[in-house]
Amino acid sequence: MIITLFLTFFKIGLFTFGGGYAMISHIREEIVEKKQWTDSNELSDIIAVAESTPGPIAINLATYIGYKKAGFFGALAATAGVIVPAFAIILCISLFLDGFMENKYVSYAFEGIKCAVAFLILKAGIEMYIQLKKNLFTVAVFFSVLAALAILDFFSVSFGSVLFIALGGIAGITFFIVSSRLKGSKND
Amino acid sequence: MIPVIKDTVLSHLWMTESQFYGFLGICESTPGPIAVNLATYIGYGQGGFLGSVLAVLGVTLPSFIIIILIAKVLKSFSSNKYVTAAMSGIRPVVAALIVWAGLSFLLSTVSDVSEHGADIKKIVIFLTVAIIYFISVFIFKRKLSSVVLIILSAFAGLGICMLFDTANI
Repeated sequence: MIITLFLTFFKIGLFTFGGGYAMISHIREEIVEKKQWTDSNELSDIIAVAESTPGPIAINLATYIGYKKAGFFGALAATAGVIVPAFAIILCISLFLDGFMENKYVSYAFEGIKCAVAFLILKAGIEMYIQLKKNLFTVAVFFSVLAALAILDFFSVSFGSVLFIALGGIAGITFFIVSSRLKGSKND
Repeated sequence: MIPVIKDTVLSHLWMTESQFYGFLGICESTPGPIAVNLATYIGYGQGGFLGSVLAVLGVTLPSFIIIILIAKVLKSFSSNKYVTAAMSGIRPVVAALIVWAGLSFLLSTVSDVSEHGADIKKIVIFLTVAIIYFISVFIFKRKLSSVVLIILSAFAGLGICMLFDTANI
């Protein structure tokens, strides 16, 4: 299990271009769809935790999933797996390949990869929405957060994602209390 | 996280601001967490191999410890009905955050800084990648893995950019 964790996250780390969000589509594929270590909703909870805690999202995700599957050493293996490719490649770049990124054809290939990363992040988000347990409340939360992000971006204001996660949590609890009150009064 | 790293690096005079932004560009096109990439590079520049190992450990350890503590605590709270209720509000937020991250990444990729407009090349590449994916799903009935899609997109980028070069657009 420990070795599987290391290899899985090594593969994820090797193909994650462009930071934490880009990693989510790989994690969904490897861990939810192929290995079925967790489901879409639980992955969403893990992402919320990773977003609300300090540190790189990719490391947080690897540590959490590794810990959940195989305890402390699982966390260690998964985190090491995600770090080693990044570490080795940057070391090589700083050792030998100073002009590598200036090469015209390399930069062309990266234009393509960037577009694929945008596509993969969008796909991961939409799949997450599709697999959501949908009711009036969750759909309303999804679209109001999306609208809020678009409006804030238009005015070039940005709040951390933690704020939205916290508001979502408060909204969830409020909705739960209100709806259970309503049910209670109907039963009376 | 990146602004914090930038302030630290500049105040220690480990890099100049333009060096920092130049390297940030490299980080975005190399695999792995950006924070780890930055720590490796800066650590290597300041203290060789050992420096890069220590810098990576430094950037990883705090989140590693915090997440393990949280994972321990969450296990015992996960059946609490208020935690479940909060999670039902948080899940759609996370989905919206990711959709938005994808949209804004796409917009910043296809907008052309120098010409203040859209970069037709990148729109063509994006559509090509999307079409390849949907052909695989709807015609061949199997999902392309994201790894295969990334490798194909590198060739698509290479091909389409060279095509635009020869057409001189």
